[in-house]
Amino acid sequence: MAAKRRDHAPVFAALGDETRLSLVAVLCGGQPRSISQLTEGSRLTRQAITKHLRVLESAGVVHSVRSGRESLFGFDPEPIEEIKEYLDLVSEQWDQALARLKSFVED
Amino acid sequence: MDNRIEKRIELKTPVSRVWRALTDHREFGEWFRVKLDGPFVPGQISRGHITYPGYEHVKWEAVVQKMEPERLFSFTWHPYAVDPKTDYSKETPTLVEFRLEKTTSGTLLLLTESGFEKIPADRRLEAFRMNDGGWAEQMKNIVSYVGQRS
Repeated sequence: MAAKRRDHAPVFAALGDETRLSLVAVLCGGQPRSISQLTEGSRLTRQAITKHLRVLESAGVVHSVRSGRESLFGFDPEPIEEIKEYLDLVSEQWDQALARLKSFVED
Repeated sequence: MDNRIEKRIELKTPVSRVWRALTDHREFGEWFRVKLDGPFVPGQISRGHITYPGYEHVKWEAVVQKMEPERLFSFTWHPYAVDPKTDYSKETPTLVEFRLEKTTSGTLLLLTESGFEKIPADRRLEAFRMNDGGWAEQMKNIVSYVGQRS
């Protein structure tokens, strides 16, 4: 539990950016895409998109595979599922604590 | 998936009673299951250890932020910092806020825990808001959210 927790901060941080969130939105469709494809239709440069993809990659949200001369980026759902589980866990702790508070003040 | 936790609970006791249960360190310890070394003082570190069965080895540490009588009590801490071998101090703490409102039947307590990451706008991850629709649903939310914003 605690060991898993350490991995969450970079995932949260990686997703806390509009550009990266939009890259995730594209990639979560399941189809891996190249940097050129991801740059198309964006106002950002290829370099900027690459930088954002590397942040997502280091958080484990996307991975890259070589395909011929270019890298394709694909989506990995596990880290996002894990932070959801983590938040559920913290949320559950609060439910229990507040229930104890309620009986503490009302009894 | 949201980056904050929000809870609201109705308590059938006056605000003053709830305020005491929140801010008197002994009373807080009773329901939160923590033994605190001393009173809460804004700006100061609160230390103690968890009394929850099985977690007695876990230290409690929080920094008290605001104590606005019968209105707002807040502190920052590292949630779920249960591994004694891990140094959580390098992680950005989250902010826990208890807000109290008087109601006809007693007190409305609003709890928020925010800052699970360092993102500038709370609403950024609103698309990730937790729901019961599962992963596919969440992804649809992201897509439509991002679609709206671009």
